[in-house]
Amino acid sequence: MTAHPLIEIEGLRVLFHGDDGRTTHAVDALDLKLAPGATLGLVGESGCGKSVTSLAIMGLLPRRSADVSGAIRFDGFDLLQTPDETLRELRGNRLAMIFQEPMTSLNPSFTIGDQIIETILRHRGGSQKSARERAIALLRRVHIPSPEKRIDDYPHKLSGGMRQRVMIAMALACDPRLLIADEPTTALDVTLQAQVLDLMRELKATSGAAIILITHDLGVVAEVCDEVAVMYAGEIVERASVDELFASPQHPYTVGLLGSIPRLDRRTDHLATIEGMVPNMIKPPAGCRFAARCPFVGDACTKAPPPLVDVTPGHASRCIKAPLERLVS
Amino acid sequence: MTALLDAEGLVKHFPAARSLFGRPTAFVRAVEGVSFSVKAGETLALVGESGCGKSTVSRLVLRLIEPDGGAIRFEGRDLLALDPAELRAFRRKAQLIFQDPYASLNPRMTVGQILAEPLALHNLVPASSRRDRVEQILRMVGLEPRVARRYPHEFSGGQRQRIAIARALAVEPKLIICDEPVSALDVSIRSQILNLLRDLQQRLGLAYIFVSHDLAVVKHIADRVAVMNLGQIVETAATETLFATPRHPYTRALLSAIPVPRPQAKRSRIVLQGELPSALNPPAGCRFHTRCGYAIDRCRAEAPPLIADGTGHATACHRVTELPPADAIVPHDGGFSPALEKLVAAFGRSTEALGPGGVEMVGASPPAGV
Repeated sequence: MTAHPLIEIEGLRVLFHGDDGRTTHAVDALDLKLAPGATLGLVGESGCGKSVTSLAIMGLLPRRSADVSGAIRFDGFDLLQTPDETLRELRGNRLAMIFQEPMTSLNPSFTIGDQIIETILRHRGGSQKSARERAIALLRRVHIPSPEKRIDDYPHKLSGGMRQRVMIAMALACDPRLLIADEPTTALDVTLQAQVLDLMRELKATSGAAIILITHDLGVVAEVCDEVAVMYAGEIVERASVDELFASPQHPYTVGLLGSIPRLDRRTDHLATIEGMVPNMIKPPAGCRFAARCPFVGDACTKAPPPLVDVTPGHASRCIKAPLERLVS
Repeated sequence: MTALLDAEGLVKHFPAARSLFGRPTAFVRAVEGVSFSVKAGETLALVGESGCGKSTVSRLVLRLIEPDGGAIRFEGRDLLALDPAELRAFRRKAQLIFQDPYASLNPRMTVGQILAEPLALHNLVPASSRRDRVEQILRMVGLEPRVARRYPHEFSGGQRQRIAIARALAVEPKLIICDEPVSALDVSIRSQILNLLRDLQQRLGLAYIFVSHDLAVVKHIADRVAVMNLGQIVETAATETLFATPRHPYTRALLSAIPVPRPQAKRSRIVLQGELPSALNPPAGCRFHTRCGYAIDRCRAEAPPLIADGTGHATACHRVTELPPADAIVPHDGGFSPALEKLVAAFGRSTEALGPGGVEMVGASPPAGV
């Protein structure tokens, strides 16, 4: 880690106030640092707060119902204190995002060229002609065949994999410093997924942007990321380098996730399951949020919320029983 | 042993464009000569990319859509010759589970009503004892009987998929077609449903046709696999054989692309270039030749037949004997360390949906006004 993180999130908390007067705790006391050029996988299951975190960074949460506190420092700004006007300058420019569903995130009534050129003109200015040239270069960079022709196509003419590559080209239009990709491969077939993952790896090497990859697929994380943060019920429960996390996970939830994935190396009759359900986030449990589903739970676990502490340097876990190897030796 | 289900040369073309007078002028060739069989109690997986025709095949064998050609025999009877009453009786023996448990359950019916409806339709259980039967089925899929009074919106995705499975089981079928049953579910829930499907198969002797694009899941659940590309089966074999010695270049590309949760996984990924051709206008010759790294002139002109070797491993490729050996196609994930293996073992392997806490409400209260 360098001394100057590109983005530093401190104590991020997101509460949603519902119409019925109840408050949902979507993200709680989240701390995260990311160095320039690093690739972080943010992993967790539906409702764990991973997408809300990314929307908070982008300033895309609805003001009326979402209560966001803490600090998100990026490039000299605290994004949570930045006025909308400045945020609009940052978004699509130094901060870019790729969404899961390329079908719904492209405007069907404009050509893909129009949509990429709009981004370039908005942030970079210049002539229509030079913006168009840049758009063609971007499409070529994400391996769209014959980009000079494709640039005038409407989104419906492209396949799912191509649309996702157009989204990536658009996100790269202004050389962002931070790229957030929210489940970029989930809607794609394995073969297209492989193409997009290859492209992500290539970007990592050539663009110098830091990437936050949000996914529920540990396989995708292992292939693309350098670091991983696992989220459960609004909190980061484990944070480590990919090699560390997959070799010696230090939070029971991560262990359960790894065990519940079908394995290619051998055949098991039954997969591990994480019993029970995610806690109700209107009234989160007082102690460890995973305690009710944890096979290693003890009395102390439900008393106080466990802190996220380093088990080994650079490998943090929110489990008071870590290092977990002690439990089975 | 005779097969439970035998499909032979299935063909389905959907009209894609019509003339002024309604005569079809262009067709999507969704399924083009697909043959396979399923034995009682076994699982056949149909895999392939979106648009390869795997879902269409699963609907053809139930006659939910009518094939344009071919034959389907179930327990030796020709399904295409059945009249509507006989067809309805047949459907009792073969059921379907869909991908999206949010869309496949009627939101206005309670779980009890959803499960009692097939019993009433097929007149299986007298009205007086239907409630008992519903309770019994719910227990079978790991739900508590008291959930029968609740509505689908009160359940999580995994629980809804259990209800969908319960509905399929209600009529005591011999074959269940599972169309991507776990792809909408979270990882930890997915493993519960896969365990449940396996338990039910062992207990009830069910046969499954498992339609999926997730090859790790297929490796876990299937006995045999048929790989489809653009409406045709390109390779079929026992699961272990297919993963150990994949032959068709398309199968190899699919297997090599499986993402595995091991950063140091050894792999030689084959990334297919180009786009999936359209089924509206499939390529001449071998339908895979536009994306195949081994294509020769013969592949562009002549469609390869599906030829089986002595072991039942069948491949449709002209160059099957000339391809390089298939070692290290499937990424090798190395396995867990002994300590991690023990930690994973501490997690349950159960198929129950609910812990001791019982049914929890999912989400908040129903929207105001309901």
